[in-house]
Amino acid sequence: MSAANQLYQEVILDHNRKPRNWGKLEHASHHAEGLNPLCGDHIFVYLRLRDASVEAIGFEGQSCAICKASASMMTQSVKGKRVDEAETLAREFREMALGKLDPSASGHHLGRLTVFSGVRDLPTRVKCAILPWHTLHSALHSIARASTEGDADPVPGSGLERAGHA
Amino acid sequence: MKSAVTTPRAGARADDLGFDVERVRQDFPILTLKVNDKPLVFLDNAASSQMPQQVIDRYVRYRSREHANIHRAVHYLSEVATREYEAVRAKVRALINAREEREIVYTSGTTESINLVMHGYGRKFIGADDEVILSVLEHHSNIVPWQMLAQESGAHLRVVPCNDAGELDIDAYRSLFNARTRFVAVGHVSNALGTVNPVKEMVAIAHAHGVPILLDGAQAAPHLQVDVQDLDCDFYAFSGHKMCGPTGVGILYGKAERLRAMQPFKGGGDMILSVTFDRTVYADIPQKFEAGTPPIAEVIGLGAAIDYLNGIGLDAIKAHEDELLRYATDRVGELSGVRIIGRARSKAAVLSFEVDGVHPHDVGTLLNEDGVAVRTGHHCAQPVMQRFGVPATARASFAFYNTLREIDVLVGAIRKVQKVFAG
Ligand SMILES: Cc1ncc(COP(=O)(O)O)c(C=O)c1O
Repeated sequence: MSAANQLYQEVILDHNRKPRNWGKLEHASHHAEGLNPLCGDHIFVYLRLRDASVEAIGFEGQSCAICKASASMMTQSVKGKRVDEAETLAREFREMALGKLDPSASGHHLGRLTVFSGVRDLPTRVKCAILPWHTLHSALHSIARASTEGDADPVPGSGLERAGHA
Repeated sequence: MKSAVTTPRAGARADDLGFDVERVRQDFPILTLKVNDKPLVFLDNAASSQMPQQVIDRYVRYRSREHANIHRAVHYLSEVATREYEAVRAKVRALINAREEREIVYTSGTTESINLVMHGYGRKFIGADDEVILSVLEHHSNIVPWQMLAQESGAHLRVVPCNDAGELDIDAYRSLFNARTRFVAVGHVSNALGTVNPVKEMVAIAHAHGVPILLDGAQAAPHLQVDVQDLDCDFYAFSGHKMCGPTGVGILYGKAERLRAMQPFKGGGDMILSVTFDRTVYADIPQKFEAGTPPIAEVIGLGAAIDYLNGIGLDAIKAHEDELLRYATDRVGELSGVRIIGRARSKAAVLSFEVDGVHPHDVGTLLNEDGVAVRTGHHCAQPVMQRFGVPATARASFAFYNTLREIDVLVGAIRKVQKVFAG
């Protein structure tokens, strides 16, 4: 089965259709915005931390199926975890997506998140899968905006906004 | 495959012009590739088109038998390289019907051509509270340079809006002119939607206000017969790699008197008459704008691409591409759950679309499974995406070597995407 066919399977399609923990979180203590300017994925992650644990988490935004499903499954797997455990998951997920962590080996904590391992064979889509984790990391560190391209915005606001282009 | 209603009348006109797509395809070695075990269906020509063997051969011949630096030495190879390099100016002049060869400036591409005008013309003649008119359909390369100019000079950008079909609002354009308007920069053909703008009329309106105008022809030069004297534009910019030529080379056409009035963009060798530490006397146009060693092989490759396109015939190319676009618009348009974005009456070779409930990037990845290459994203035209309220689109863009059969493959692949996501 090809990498793409392997990726677009039921688990991921289901989370895309019915994202879990969807929506803005009331009384969030931390939040961050994630942007992938290459494909327009744009998500917001909200957290409520208590005693260094993720008490509640939510997300919303506009994105491709891989990004949305990744965010949805991320929220499920970090809810109730300690911050350092969430950070470990973020690191392991990133390494798996980049092909640096073998999902079939033991010693990692990814569990069901290994459904995303196929993304390593789709280099143009790796960022889509990682963006939610990137954004989570930013939220945990209260960095307002995560971007897969640094903070390079191809159309920085100036004259255009003034002129209006509705 | 569906009803007879949408079946085209078998490319009548292109055929009449002696066009045979199967024969043409044999010139393009890359078209025999398989991707994911499927024949490559290359529908990303607006980003960069493919090269025929004739251009590749010309490039290799230069590299293996003719290379030396130009304009600098009296030896045999330098003379050959200089002659071949300069000969391309005449081909470009003829292609776009410029008055004189010195109105043809070699650049690295459309982006550099526009930046050259921004620096050479804009920084000299546009100041605080002056206005530059662009359109909402522009590629970022015809937005960002003007924005940079606005930031440093205090000038303002005014933007021509478009209607829901993706056609520019020419009345709004007319009403943007005032005593502060100094420049207009608009695309000839939109890369995101395919709209062919009424540029001849837009040039006339600008000139009626005494304002010069640049046309971004990156998407027009590969598809349309361009006549800069008939259009009467002041500047025209395009890229080699979108018209079967190499990357790294492009053209800026400018009316001689405009180019003369401009300041140079880059300083260096080859753009001077004399240099002392007190003073440099610049060379005449076009050399004034061609500092440093240029992409010689690429320019010569562009010349071969122009010869190739002329050999096929620009009218035959247009006829075949119009047929492809008509067929694709019918076939993709009849799929339920698919929305075509950009329904202008006058369009060229581009079909942007959305599949309900499926992000364009997922569409692109799954089409690739069937060997179909489309571009997904904002197409370096984020204001267009904002105008149509989408984060991105999938875009199929055609070249004369594409076939109706390939469009059938595209349509079948879109159906498969819908099936996957219907779950
Ligand atoms: C309309 C338009 N303008 C400008 C450009 C920039 O061309 P280049 O990247 O060759 O400089 C493109 C290419 O995508 C284009 O489509």
